[in-house]
Amino acid sequence: MIYLDNSATTKPLPEVLDTFRIVSEKFFANPSSLHNLGSLSEEMLKKSRHQAAQLLGVKDDEIIFTSGGTEGNNLAVKGAAFAYRSRGKHVITTRVEHASGYNAFKQLENEGFDVTYLPVAKDGRVSVQDVKEAIREDTILVSIIHVNNEVGTIQPVQEIGRYLQSFNKILFHVDHVQGIGKVPLKLSGSGIDLCSISGHKFHSPKGTGLLYVRRGVNLSPLFSGGSQELNRRAGTENLPGIAAMVKALRITLEESRQHLGRLQDLQNKMRDAFNTNEHMVVHTPDCHAAPHILNLTVKGIKSEVLVHALEEEDIYVSTKSACSSKEGGASRVLLAMGVPEDEAAQAIRVSLSYQTTEAEIMTFIDTLNKKVTQLKSIMR
Amino acid sequence: MIYDYLIVRFGELTLKGKNRSKFIDRLYLTVKEKLKPFKQLKLKKHFDDIEVQLNGEPMQQVTDVLTKIFGIQTIRAAIKVENNIESMKKGALDIIESYEDGIKTFKISAKRKNKRFPMGSDEINRSLGAHILTNTENIKVDVHNPDINLRVEVMEHETRIYGKDFKGAGGLPAGSSGKVLLMLSGGIDSPVAGYLMQKRGAIVEAVHFHSPPYTNERARQKVIDLTEKLSSFGSQVKLHIVPFTNIQLQIRDKMPDNYRMTMMRRMMLRIAEKLAEKRGALAIATGESLGQVASQTLESMNTINEVTNLPVLRPLLTMDKVEIIDIAQKIDTYDISIRPYEDCCTLFLPSAPKTKPNREHANKFEAEFPIDALIQEALDGVETIDIREQSDKTLMDELL
Ligand SMILES: Cc1ncc(COP(=O)(O)O)c(C=O)c1O
Repeated sequence: MIYLDNSATTKPLPEVLDTFRIVSEKFFANPSSLHNLGSLSEEMLKKSRHQAAQLLGVKDDEIIFTSGGTEGNNLAVKGAAFAYRSRGKHVITTRVEHASGYNAFKQLENEGFDVTYLPVAKDGRVSVQDVKEAIREDTILVSIIHVNNEVGTIQPVQEIGRYLQSFNKILFHVDHVQGIGKVPLKLSGSGIDLCSISGHKFHSPKGTGLLYVRRGVNLSPLFSGGSQELNRRAGTENLPGIAAMVKALRITLEESRQHLGRLQDLQNKMRDAFNTNEHMVVHTPDCHAAPHILNLTVKGIKSEVLVHALEEEDIYVSTKSACSSKEGGASRVLLAMGVPEDEAAQAIRVSLSYQTTEAEIMTFIDTLNKKVTQLKSIMR
Repeated sequence: MIYDYLIVRFGELTLKGKNRSKFIDRLYLTVKEKLKPFKQLKLKKHFDDIEVQLNGEPMQQVTDVLTKIFGIQTIRAAIKVENNIESMKKGALDIIESYEDGIKTFKISAKRKNKRFPMGSDEINRSLGAHILTNTENIKVDVHNPDINLRVEVMEHETRIYGKDFKGAGGLPAGSSGKVLLMLSGGIDSPVAGYLMQKRGAIVEAVHFHSPPYTNERARQKVIDLTEKLSSFGSQVKLHIVPFTNIQLQIRDKMPDNYRMTMMRRMMLRIAEKLAEKRGALAIATGESLGQVASQTLESMNTINEVTNLPVLRPLLTMDKVEIIDIAQKIDTYDISIRPYEDCCTLFLPSAPKTKPNREHANKFEAEFPIDALIQEALDGVETIDIREQSDKTLMDELL
C-alpha cells in the first residue's frame, strides 16, 4: 500500500495507540472526581497539558483540548466573535479556508456579522496589504489558514500577526491543522491569539485536537455544561485521546528536523516529473508551499477516474479535500486562485507524511505517468 | 533564528574568592542535571562561563530551564559564523532581523581575540554597521544607548555573534549553603520561603503535616506538586509527610480553645526539629510574615519558638502579602497553592485564636500533655517521598 492521502488523515503510530490503550485502562476515572483515582486522572491530564504547552512554547493554561480541527476552528471563530460582539461585528477571513473555518464564517453572516473574505493571488496567498486595507474600526477578528489543505500554500501569518499586534481589539486566529510539524509556527509573542491543531493529522487517533488560547482572551463556549478546560469546553475530558495526541505531538516535533528536508526533496521529485508532462498542471506554487502537499490536474481526465485507477495499484490519493470531495464541483480554493473551472474540478491531491519513502514516491510517479498514458490512449 | 550557543555567565559567585571553583563545579553539575532531557547538547566549563552548544536543541526551551537555575547571572545566545567578514555580515543581519518586535537603534562591539584576523575591531564595527544600515529600514546606530548591543567575538577558528540576552535567576548555586528543613503547608507563603532559601544555595527538604481523613488525597497531591515545582529550582526536594491527625485530636480535646493554634505549632516545630536532626538539616525555614495572622505575631513566634534552639529562618518575615504573591506567581506555585483543599491547619481551628499567647501559659497547658509519646508516634509514621520515584508519575511520563 502506498498511502498518499495524509492531509485527509494519517495512520496512528503504534506507540501512540499504546498510550491510548494504557491510559484508557489505568486512568479511566473522571478527572473531576474527588477520590484518589480521580486525582490520578487529573494528574495525567495536567501532565499532558504541561507537555503540550512546553512543546508549543506556551503556558499550560493556554491549551484547550478539543475533538479536532473542526471544533478548534468553530470554537475560535464563533467563540471569539460572540464573546466580543459588543466591540464590533466585522470579521475577516480568506476565500481559501478549510470548510470548518469557512462555514463558521457563513454562520456568523447569518448572525448579523459582516464578513470580509480576502482574495488570494495565483499562488493562493493573501497579501498583507489586503489584510491591512480590510481592517475597520469595528473589526474584532481575523482568521487565516496557515497551510492550505488542498494546495499547500503557506500564508504569511507571522507577518500578519506582527502587524495585528498593534491593534488591541483585533484577535487573530490561525488554522494550523495542516501546518503542525510541517511548517514551523511561533505562537507566543507573535500576535497570534488563537491557533487550532488536529491530532489525526499527525498520527494521533481521530477525535483529538487542541486550541491555543492566549492568556486574557475570552471565548464564548460552544457547549454548555461543566467547568472542564477552564470553562471553555464542557464535557468529560477524552483523557486517552489527549495523552495520545500529546505523545504524537512530541514525536512529530522531535522528528521534524530529520524529515522536512526529505519531504521537500520528494516533493521536488514529483514536481520535476509532472511539470514536464504535457497533460499535467501542478497547482501547488513553487514558493511558499508546504513540503507535504502537491495538487495537480491531469487535463481531460476526471479526478475520480484517476483516484480509482491508482487505487487499482494500491496507491491512495484524493480529490480536493476529503471533507468536500463527495460534493463534486470545482474546488473553491483553486477557483479563488484563478484556476480555470474545468481544471479546478479535476484536481487531485497527493499528501505525504514522515513515513512516506522515496521508493514509494518513485513508484507513484511511474504509476501515475503510466496510467495517464493509458487513459489518454483509451480516450483518443 | 537558529542559535548555536548559549553562554551561561555566573552571578555573585565570581566574587567568592577561594570557594569559587567549588561553586562553579556545583553549578556545572546542576546545569548538567537540569539539561539532561536535551540529548544533543554539549557543555563546556570555562573560567567564567559555561558554554552550551545547542546542536539543534530548541533554544527557548533550554533557556527556560537555565533561567530558573540559581547562580546564573545572564544567558547569552550566540551564533557561530566563519572567520570572514561576509559571513559576519550575514550573521549580524540575521540576528537584527530576528527581533520581531522591532528595534530602532543598535551598535556593534567587536572584539578581536584572534589577532591574525586582517581587520581591526573598529573596522569590523564599521563594516557590519554599514551592512545592517543598508539592508534594513528605520534602524539607526546609537553608540551610547542602543536597543541592542551586538557583540562580535573573533576567535581562533570561528566568530561568535551574540544576540538575545536572558536574565538569570541570580543567587547562589544549589547546595552551596547546606540543608534546611522547610515547613510546607500548601498555602501561598511556604513555597515562596522554600524558593528563597534555594536562591541562597540551600538544599531544601520539606515537611508537611497531613491529617487524614480530614484532609484528603488532593491536599496531599497539592503539596507533592508544590514540592515538584520547588525541585525545578534546585536539587530534587524530598518531602516528608507527617501523620498529624492524632495530635490534632488530642489538642482539640485537651487544650483551651484559644491556645490550640499555639500548641499545634509547638508540636509541629518539635517534630520538625527531630526530623531536621535526622536529615542533617542545620535550620528550619517557615513562610511566616510578621503580623500576617494570629500565629505570626511576635508574641506567637516567641511562644512557639521556645521549643527548639535550631535557627528558625523566616525569609518572608518583612514582606507584605502582595509581594509574596508576586513571587508565588513568578515561580508558578500560586495556582497550585490556591487550589481549594483544606490543609490540616485550617481544620479544628478556634474561631478566635490568641494573638498574644505567652510561654508561661503554654508550658502550663502542656504540663500534662504526652508530648514525647505523640512526637514519637508521628515520627514513626513519617512517609518520605522522593518525587522522582513515584511510580504512577513515572508511568505518566513514559506514556507521554
Ligand atoms: C486546514 C484544516 N483545517 C481543519 C480541518 C478539520 O480538522 P478535523 O478533521 O480534525 O475536524 C482540516 C482537516 O480536515 C484541515 O485540513
